[in-house]
Amino acid sequence: MTSPTQTVQMETKSPQETLELGKRLGQRLVGGLVVALVGDLGAGKTQFVKGIACGNGATDPKQVTSPTFTLINEYAGERKLFHIDTYRLRGSAELFALGFDELIAEDAVVAVEWADRVQEAIPEEHLRIEVEAIDANIRRLTFSATGSSPIACLKSFIQAQP
Amino acid sequence: MTTLLGIETSCDETSAAVVDNGTMVRSNVVSSQIDLHKKYGGVVPEIASRAHIEKIDSTIEEAMSIANCSRNDIDAIAVTNRPGLVGALLIGVTAAKTLSWAWDKPLVAVDHIRAHAYSAAIDLPSPPWPAVGLIVSGGHTSLFRINTPTSIDLLGATTDDAAGEAFDKVASILGLAYPGGPEIERASRDANPKACDFPRTMLGRDSLDFSFSGIKTSVLYHVNGHGKTRGGLAKLSQSEVNDIAASFQKAVIDVLVKKTMLAVAQTGLSTVVLGGGVAANSSLRNALETACNEREWRFHAARMAYCTDNGAMIAALGFHNLQGGKIARLDLDASANAS
Repeated sequence: MTSPTQTVQMETKSPQETLELGKRLGQRLVGGLVVALVGDLGAGKTQFVKGIACGNGATDPKQVTSPTFTLINEYAGERKLFHIDTYRLRGSAELFALGFDELIAEDAVVAVEWADRVQEAIPEEHLRIEVEAIDANIRRLTFSATGSSPIACLKSFIQAQP
Repeated sequence: MTTLLGIETSCDETSAAVVDNGTMVRSNVVSSQIDLHKKYGGVVPEIASRAHIEKIDSTIEEAMSIANCSRNDIDAIAVTNRPGLVGALLIGVTAAKTLSWAWDKPLVAVDHIRAHAYSAAIDLPSPPWPAVGLIVSGGHTSLFRINTPTSIDLLGATTDDAAGEAFDKVASILGLAYPGGPEIERASRDANPKACDFPRTMLGRDSLDFSFSGIKTSVLYHVNGHGKTRGGLAKLSQSEVNDIAASFQKAVIDVLVKKTMLAVAQTGLSTVVLGGGVAANSSLRNALETACNEREWRFHAARMAYCTDNGAMIAALGFHNLQGGKIARLDLDASANAS
């Protein structure tokens, strides 16, 4: 049986707005949430995670940097946040070799950039966020939550929109 | 004479080195230098803690053997314990703790980025401190004020992508091979660095922080058209690609040089040291050297062998930590974050 899914689309007009949107999600995280980010180079995935980390509190936004080389960044806050980038990985096996199953088993939040490259590793219950560049500044973000906990998180996020 | 074994496993490379007095490098073995694939008869995944496990013993043995060293010649064991991948760091930390306990030698913890900051001093006849240190690599872009090897203050760092990452991603946009740094440098040779006007993000007049995410996106739109992320590369000639590479490289180097000059002005120092993987880029080395020469400041770049991740810089900085009495306990932990 497949879990129910809920989808919503939003647009941002600048990197700053993308950051603000991420902040609002970061204030409503639930333990164990896996956020799967999909989008081209330069779409704004890292910028959105920067927002999540800020919304989650206790992190200087300057310290939220791209994990392309470091692979996994770890940020303190309301909930522990793992920021993973699979750009340099050659598939799910390498993600598991980094201890991915242990990270998602914790009560932490795990944000994965380039999640489409490690599709098999993403648990069924997750929040998928697709970031598309509409033009140089405008981004369309499509949120799809699968499973009860991610859906609850997404609903609370939607209600929080100004 | 004080001899340290240094162990480094913070990211992709497994490395071990034996260094006397923080300056005399007797061996510096980086795992990719030895044919471990052949040794183990299989493919070792490059990016995995498991790869470190498989390589660590033979890497340490090789470093000890090249240095013609036995356990009795080692006075202490230095290890990178931060920042990096915790799973990867733990392999080196566990190996170092084990040797420390078994050989009854002190254990010394070393911060990976600070070791890069120290790396230019390894071969110098006299210490260059105090100095401003620019550390540029795939994962980090930071400016330090290095007062002494054991007193290093962070002045600024990237707020998004590291410079090395920008090189790799722009290489990918331009259809060049990985790793992108050497490819961009090669493509830039004889090309026109003024062909495209890419942004030099300064983040405010006095800021010593960096941002390289915007230039990556600018190159992307320059290649594909405004707001488009693909489809443009096929329409470009080789010389157009080379001009874009050269213009991008120039923009990144301009920012790195300008910020470093600003850091020197703000600190009132007159010496610059350069380290990290991107320090292998000769255009960056030359640009920084020229800028320093014009101002009659001293400039020292890390030797090529100490630009990429290596155990020598860990043993070298570890020597100073040991001299300063900074000895780690056997419950030393690995940390993802910088100190």
